[in-house]
Amino acid sequence: MTDATTTADLNGTTAEGPLLAFDNLTVTFTSDGATVYAIRGVTFSIAREEVVGLVGESGSGKSVTSLAAMGLLAKNATVGGSVKVLGREVVGLKEKDLSKIRGTDVAMIFQDPLTALNPVYTVGWQIIEALQAHRDFNDEQAKAEAIRLLTLAGIPRPEDRLSSYPHEFSGGMRQRVVIAIAMANQPQIILADEPTTALDVTVQAQVMRTLQLALEETKSSLLLITHDLGVIAGIADRVLVMYAGRIVESGTAEDIFYQPAMPYTHGLLGSIPSVDSDDGGKLAQVPGNPPVLTDAVVGCPFAPRCPMRQAVCLESEPSLQPVSDTHSSACHFASEVITLPIGQMFAVDDEVTP
Amino acid sequence: MTEQFHEPGPGDPKYQRPGHTLDDPEFARLDVPLDEVDGTVEEHDPERYAEEGRGELRATGANEAVKSRGQWNQAFRRFAHDKTAMAGLILFVLLAGTALVNVLLNPGGYTVSYSNAYLVPPSWQHPFGTTLIGIDLFQACMRGLIVDLQVAFIVAGVSTIIGIGVGATAGFFGGKIDAALMQFVNLILMVPTLVVLIVLSNTLKSSSNTTVVLALLVAALSWTYMSRLVRAEFLSLRKRDFIEAARAIGASRRRIIFRHMLPNAMGPIAVNTTLTMAGAVLLESTLSFLGLGIQPPDVSLGRLLFDGQSYATIDWWVFAFPAGILLALILSIFVVGDGLQAAVDPRKSRNRK
Repeated sequence: MTDATTTADLNGTTAEGPLLAFDNLTVTFTSDGATVYAIRGVTFSIAREEVVGLVGESGSGKSVTSLAAMGLLAKNATVGGSVKVLGREVVGLKEKDLSKIRGTDVAMIFQDPLTALNPVYTVGWQIIEALQAHRDFNDEQAKAEAIRLLTLAGIPRPEDRLSSYPHEFSGGMRQRVVIAIAMANQPQIILADEPTTALDVTVQAQVMRTLQLALEETKSSLLLITHDLGVIAGIADRVLVMYAGRIVESGTAEDIFYQPAMPYTHGLLGSIPSVDSDDGGKLAQVPGNPPVLTDAVVGCPFAPRCPMRQAVCLESEPSLQPVSDTHSSACHFASEVITLPIGQMFAVDDEVTP
Repeated sequence: MTEQFHEPGPGDPKYQRPGHTLDDPEFARLDVPLDEVDGTVEEHDPERYAEEGRGELRATGANEAVKSRGQWNQAFRRFAHDKTAMAGLILFVLLAGTALVNVLLNPGGYTVSYSNAYLVPPSWQHPFGTTLIGIDLFQACMRGLIVDLQVAFIVAGVSTIIGIGVGATAGFFGGKIDAALMQFVNLILMVPTLVVLIVLSNTLKSSSNTTVVLALLVAALSWTYMSRLVRAEFLSLRKRDFIEAARAIGASRRRIIFRHMLPNAMGPIAVNTTLTMAGAVLLESTLSFLGLGIQPPDVSLGRLLFDGQSYATIDWWVFAFPAGILLALILSIFVVGDGLQAAVDPRKSRNRK
């Protein structure tokens, strides 16, 4: 979206180094003796002022990836590999040191604005709290800054709204407040975990626009996590597709939307409703469910649902291999898949099959 | 979607209610923009709603602001509208106020023996009558009330602080800390409070300030319910998004516990504190009634009951007034606690429709 990103290569590295770098991140959860391999080796990085979209279905590990960057994972999580924020290792960092990074270097926007604001405090109190957590503002300065932030976030009459409580706001307005709080300390990186999922479609676009304005204001990078490809299309410089705890495809928005090289991405694109579709409006669906990641994965995790699977797919898990300068895919048949027309790979069924 | 499908709209015959046409004024109302029908639009006029929003939570659009009002403000309004609770509060304030004023005006009144007035019935001079040894029962009751209130407030304060400390630590950190603390709480819960107090009553009698020592002892054994309550609240709060969000802006642990979680748990804590007060008064009365709590020449309501029990049927006032005052005190605390519960959490209101 800016000059900085055009110079970024596939891994988002620029001359100054990436702002946020994941290197072979693994996250496993243990509870009651069962182990879940939620993230199985994720490597990517984000450059300054870059917008990276992370897509995938529920349980693919999108949110866990972002929580790992904040050090916000639950206690039963075991984290391996490395996450570097501005070159500083986050994995294994103490809570006290983490809280210095949180909010200043990395900020987070949560999925549900209804629950992400504390119900017993006014909106102004919560913004001022975020400001005073990291900056030496007196109350007057903090209040003025809070009004400025609310104005930027597109809240009308912010002076009056400071003394309102979250329950007095609509969902869209609350998400604007959450964005204002995330912007409060000029973070370098904003992690947005499904910021529009809980909102009405009409409000979604407004909130995305607010988020873009916030990025321009703070000059932050954005990791946008969503399962909505439509949200990604308008804003992302680079798109990562996650499946079963791994990145299965990575490329520019053009690569992913026009030349997907992974059957799963084909499936995702084929299941977007389109106004001008010519097959009666029916959507192609990807049959089956994502694998349960309690056992070690043998073969390609997508193979059981893939119409193109061959014997090799059930035996070895493909690694992420480049198919062009900007585009990588974890598929044994990437070069073949990339040539296929979009939306034709999965059958359109009349009946919904479980 | 089939070929025949078309957008439904006001022009669609199916959309016209029987007997109405598009020109019908009744029907035309549907063309009024949404924001004039209800308040579900984001931009609206707060003054208008401030005027209209007399009651809380009017059944208008979910998104609208009624009036800037916090949790406590709302709870206070609900409490103020609860006639029973307000009656309880007024009774409590009257009792405490009268006792306080009386004791301030006449500090030693409960020890003065009127040699010419043994066991006289209520009169203008002795509104509650006098006892066998010529003590003015009104003075004694007021002193007893003060002692009981002291016990109630000390027990409630101390046990609330210990309970919050233990419960918050257990609930916030969870895991082994939680398990260890809860085992300790179970241990304390197993201690039979009355038996311990009876055993310690001799030490109690000889202490210089029986009231305070007794209250501290009761508090040391009664904070367990509060700690369990706070732990449960914290366990559920811990998983809430806004706590995660507070961590995400870099708030310290201390700040999260005291500024984010505790205020969200204050409702149940306040309710439980009033119940603890009532429980403490009852326990003190029980002990004193057994002759083990407050010792003469000091009096408590329980002590007065103990002294007056054998007169109940003959010289009724010696028993009836302390009993009535004690009943009124406990009742008022319970009613206030009940009202507080309903005010803090309207779902638990007894007047639910």
